[in-house]
Amino acid sequence: MALLQISEPGQSPDPHQRRIAVGIDLGTTHSLVASVRNGIAECLPDTVGRVILPSVVRYTGEGSGRQIGFDALTGQAADPANTISSVKRLMGRVRSDVHDVDNLPYTVLDTPGMASIDTCLGPKTPVEVSAELLATLRFRAEDSFDDDLFGAVITVPAYFDDAQRQATKDAAQLAGINVLRLINEPTAAAIAYGLDQASEGVFAVYDLGGGTFDISILRLSEGVFEVLATGGDSALGGDDYDRALAHLALQKAFADKAPVPESLSGEDKANLYAAARRCKEALSADGTHEATISCPLDVGDCQATITRSAFAVATDHLTQRTLQAVRRALRDAGLEKSDIEGVVMVGGSTRMPVVRDAVANLFGQDPLTNLNPDEVVALGAAIQANQLAGNNTGDALLLLDVIPLSLGIETMGGLVERIVPRNSTIPTARAQDFTTFKDGQTALALHVVQGERDLVTDCRSLARFELRGIPPMAAGVARIRVSLTVDADGMLQVDAVETNSGVQAHIDVKPSYGLSDDQIADMLRDSYATAEADIKARAVVEARVDAERMILATQSALNADGDLLSDADRATIDTHMAAVEAAKTSDDAAHIEAVTKALATVTEPFAAARMNRGITQALAGKNLNAV
Amino acid sequence: MSAPQSLSLQASDFELFDLPEQFQLDATALTQRWKALQAQTHPDKYVAADAASKRLAMQWSVRVNEAYQRLRQPITRGAYLATLLGHPVNAEDNTAMPAAFLMQQMEWREALDEAQGDVNGLTQLADDTNAAKKTYLQLAELAFDTDKDIPRAVGAIRALMFIERFLKDVNQQLDALTP
Repeated sequence: MALLQISEPGQSPDPHQRRIAVGIDLGTTHSLVASVRNGIAECLPDTVGRVILPSVVRYTGEGSGRQIGFDALTGQAADPANTISSVKRLMGRVRSDVHDVDNLPYTVLDTPGMASIDTCLGPKTPVEVSAELLATLRFRAEDSFDDDLFGAVITVPAYFDDAQRQATKDAAQLAGINVLRLINEPTAAAIAYGLDQASEGVFAVYDLGGGTFDISILRLSEGVFEVLATGGDSALGGDDYDRALAHLALQKAFADKAPVPESLSGEDKANLYAAARRCKEALSADGTHEATISCPLDVGDCQATITRSAFAVATDHLTQRTLQAVRRALRDAGLEKSDIEGVVMVGGSTRMPVVRDAVANLFGQDPLTNLNPDEVVALGAAIQANQLAGNNTGDALLLLDVIPLSLGIETMGGLVERIVPRNSTIPTARAQDFTTFKDGQTALALHVVQGERDLVTDCRSLARFELRGIPPMAAGVARIRVSLTVDADGMLQVDAVETNSGVQAHIDVKPSYGLSDDQIADMLRDSYATAEADIKARAVVEARVDAERMILATQSALNADGDLLSDADRATIDTHMAAVEAAKTSDDAAHIEAVTKALATVTEPFAAARMNRGITQALAGKNLNAV
Repeated sequence: MSAPQSLSLQASDFELFDLPEQFQLDATALTQRWKALQAQTHPDKYVAADAASKRLAMQWSVRVNEAYQRLRQPITRGAYLATLLGHPVNAEDNTAMPAAFLMQQMEWREALDEAQGDVNGLTQLADDTNAAKKTYLQLAELAFDTDKDIPRAVGAIRALMFIERFLKDVNQQLDALTP
């Protein structure tokens, strides 16, 4: 297949019509933004040429009230309590979920729905902190192109559950970013890698970042990226190696009297972990077999020499955890190690020789490290963003990803009835029938959980809701059909209906876990992203953008499949299109919305006819790019 | 290959994939058509499209994945085919099985208890169970496609459901021993 096709002259979208679409890697340690320019995906640098943005936000209460990225990192040691790093670990989590929470240099509050961080500017949710990072990257992209952003593909660890994905989407909304799609980090890496190398076959992507670990097994063939299985641990990464190294250094420096990190002050903790990270990086350099760590603490200087082998022993339990997940993913895919064509290494933590050696040893082949492990995820996301925005006029690539964790419903006795098994291709919908257990029961409580364990208490609770108004019937007569739908972002929606009476309930999973819509609305009101914007003007702009989008979508549909329409239907659509075109210049948002909606309504049968044609042609073996 | 004129979301899995309504399956054709259909229906292709197209894409893409999942696994394919042919399997309501099969099941369960913690014993048991699975798959194919004896085919599918559940237990124990 053609790789990144550069448009022929004349075919290329008008530069003013070209949509600015970017890929954003929102990482635990650092974040990046990338875009496809002139057919090449590249990371966008800041004003001084750095592509990496440290995922660190410091609240100062002075000036703009915050420092972001390198500036925040510089202030971290002096002001650990107000400097938020590794916030990704807190996304969509309550305090008790967060591993080693007391060891963080800042104070995590037990706020309902989601943990928050106590700062000098009051409690900040992980969503708000992440939004600061995303907004910084958005402005960087808009400055680079001197244009507004059409949308972004944001990457998440494949192993992120529904609450973590929702939190990421909320952060993007808060930063004023239109999310084209959330895609999984290893899948993004596979896109960048696969297109770069024109590879075919089955590949494993081993992605060890600062705070998360993912393993995905993918089949690449003719532009289709099919995820066969995925697994991992959303709370395991390079940070844990730093902590293990810090422990080891304390042991060596203070022998029996070693203080446990928990007892250190926030400032000492931040300094010690930073020193441990530097020592780890030194140990990862070629030909280095030992490195020293030196860090002044309140209890005295922590001075120690760490050898590679001592580091390997101290972190072996972490490496083994990743290998267990790899073996399980292989079993889930129904494959042997020998079926794997190549192993792609992603994430800064795969620079550690202990990790590379362990992976090479498991697969019996050297892993592929020819792409920069820090950038590859953002580059893949940029390629997908360019494609989703409709800029890519070349060969289409198709991503068929899976849901990482099973979804189920609580049944009697606290057991889980699994409804959507892990590694199902998305989008997907599954239904299961339940019944009442008491005579005359008129309501049924439903509890949706995510995870692989049989007991509800061992799984993550996603949503609780009640189906009310069931007509009284004898026990076991009611038929309550619960449908779980997972969309292409991996997000869940739940519907329940009693099939005899038609009583229905529908929920987007969000309200019961994570932040409520009201909370998000409050944050949006407070955020600088909209502070200056007049709400009314914004509504008009949004209505115009929607109208423009609708006209473009309809025009491209007419160009492709206009022959499906009778002359009369065509005339109706043309009339409505002209009406939208005329309304676009109006300042009345409601009017623009109304005519846009009318156009949408009259084109519905056309959309159905086009879908049918596409499917029929797919089966006839033709390959038409209808959209 | 002749493509059907028009398809609705209510078309059967076999119609949707334009495959013959039978138990034996061309797995390569199934996967090829799955990808071709997803290339047309996947929501990624409609990110910049109008709302109606987006909604349709989601419905069709879900439907295509559902049919693919069901056809891909022989047990779900068999159960689905039997229902299409008017003989639903009703696995929950009807657990009566031939005595010989139940005896076999009991022997396997005992063997599983004895093989606790023994990788070789468990591997042997997994191999035996897989062999039995293969036999019943052949029986199902013969009954469905050659003899057109659907009740007999349903019996084979139900046996396969038992076998599959047992195999899962064996594999779970093996997984626990080989981290």
